[in-house]
Amino acid sequence: MDKRTFLEAQAKEIRKLTINCIATLGVGHIGGSLSIADILSVLYFDQMNIDPKQPKMPNRDRFVLSKGHAGPAAYATLALKGYFPLSLLDTLNQPNTDLPSHMDKNKTIGVDMTTGSLGQGFSASVGMAVAAQMDKAPFKVFAIISDGESQEGQIWEAAMFAGNRKLDHLIAFTDYNKMQIDGILGDLNDVKPLDKKWEAFNWYVQVIDGHDVMAIREAILNAKAQKGKPSMIICNTIKGKGADFCEGTPGSHNMNVSKDMAQKAIERLG
Amino acid sequence: MELRNRQLRDIYVDLLIKYALEYPEIVIVEADLMKALKTTLFQEKFPDRTVNVGVAEANMIGVAAGLANMGKMPFTHTFTPFATRRVFDQVTLSVAYSKLNVKMVGSDPGIMAQLNGGTHMSLEDVGIMRTLPTMTIFEPVDGVQLAAMFPQIIKHVGPVYIRLLRQEFDPIFADDQTFELGKATPIIEGTDISIFATGIMVKEALDAQKILKEQGISASVINIHTVKPIDKEAIIKEAQKTKAVITAENHNIINGLGSAVAEVLSENCPVPMERVGVLDHFGEVGKKDFLMEKFGLKAKHIVAAAHRVLARKCSCCKGE
Repeated sequence: MDKRTFLEAQAKEIRKLTINCIATLGVGHIGGSLSIADILSVLYFDQMNIDPKQPKMPNRDRFVLSKGHAGPAAYATLALKGYFPLSLLDTLNQPNTDLPSHMDKNKTIGVDMTTGSLGQGFSASVGMAVAAQMDKAPFKVFAIISDGESQEGQIWEAAMFAGNRKLDHLIAFTDYNKMQIDGILGDLNDVKPLDKKWEAFNWYVQVIDGHDVMAIREAILNAKAQKGKPSMIICNTIKGKGADFCEGTPGSHNMNVSKDMAQKAIERLG
Repeated sequence: MELRNRQLRDIYVDLLIKYALEYPEIVIVEADLMKALKTTLFQEKFPDRTVNVGVAEANMIGVAAGLANMGKMPFTHTFTPFATRRVFDQVTLSVAYSKLNVKMVGSDPGIMAQLNGGTHMSLEDVGIMRTLPTMTIFEPVDGVQLAAMFPQIIKHVGPVYIRLLRQEFDPIFADDQTFELGKATPIIEGTDISIFATGIMVKEALDAQKILKEQGISASVINIHTVKPIDKEAIIKEAQKTKAVITAENHNIINGLGSAVAEVLSENCPVPMERVGVLDHFGEVGKKDFLMEKFGLKAKHIVAAAHRVLARKCSCCKGE
């Protein structure tokens, strides 16, 4: 199996598991979970130095999902990678679960930072990269933020500091699906031009198709080769990508998903 | 280390440097107030362990949380209002909820913002931090106490909010006085009334005790340096003994030391009490003496409160 086929297969599996676990509960943040499935596939099945058998391995690459509401996709990825049994996904957001709606590093094996209040995870990922820089550590810190999250002031506080600090231990992604809870970013408070903003903050910026696993892989390799700058990979994505009942709709941010809807969507994914 | 006749910020920085030699994980994260706290001296010794994010307090807390997540022990600093109300969500989620070991210094507590005035006069910071699970709140009285508590703060795993006076303050404690984080420090033993005081109000409480003594009233003075977790046992023991309580704090009487003591008393040992502090209004520009007079924070205000409380004691408790 070539790399593209393999990574696309993992992304498809992440999508199926994500749809299924949200449908088990009946409601969830499906749109922003599905839009990052391809990024997660490339990170966890190709690019990150991690070992699910040693989740606290000191020199592992770190991952911070600053858009913490996309937890279901991250949990699906961690389960698929072998951090915990796939059956645990059925406990998503159920009472006493280890898989809460938003990411919690003290509850879930393999989660490196607690996130959920937008903007905060990104700042923490900058701090983690500062620690790596201080220690001349051999690993990277990866972070995913969202476009709606980029309306938060803390994102730009962290961006300015990371650029000035020349934090090349940090590689970030923007899940640029152009939608948020209340509608289209452009109708609310637009963040564009995102690429020029990040360039102005002294980041190495790439703009790619966030659903093309080989483009994501190439962008990460480029980012890893950069010296003296943090990297922002702006991923053009589609909210709800892969679930035909919600793909490309702002309403997919947090919606009811029945088992029937899920089953049909999973069948169509193939 | 000289602990007398020095500004508390000088002692704080000396302590940071001293313990940074022993604890390689100690780093500082500042937000453009290094010159105000003189942590520039730490930076000279440990440039690679100094992070200054500029005027961006939310990012300061976030970066500190990230550093703590990687095993560092960050000490953050800004003025009290920006260390608490401006970054409350960051402290709540990135630090406390995430169980990260960040030590947060808020300088110029309460009226000690003085000429920076109402905008910088945080009279609610203790209340804000006190509502957070796992938070420890420490306010040193003098250099001896700060130095004695510093290693305990380092050894304590969990977030600590240090309400730090920058200026010089009259020494209260003897060099060999011992302190324990979370335990009250009795200073003077009395039988008629108990005065629980914190920070700059300890000196006022001691002055009040002398005045009361001249009036034939025997007052205990107890320093609550750790407002959270509060020493319930010491408060209950005192209240059972004197059956009359005063609290004295450089803070709004709502949600600070007074409220904490009232919570303990009302659930365990209800006795007449009065809270001396800022009476639920904002701060304003002024020097310390002017503000203490205007806001009712002087020894005479504690004495007046003591008489009101004593008048409310039931006749059996008055020994009648």
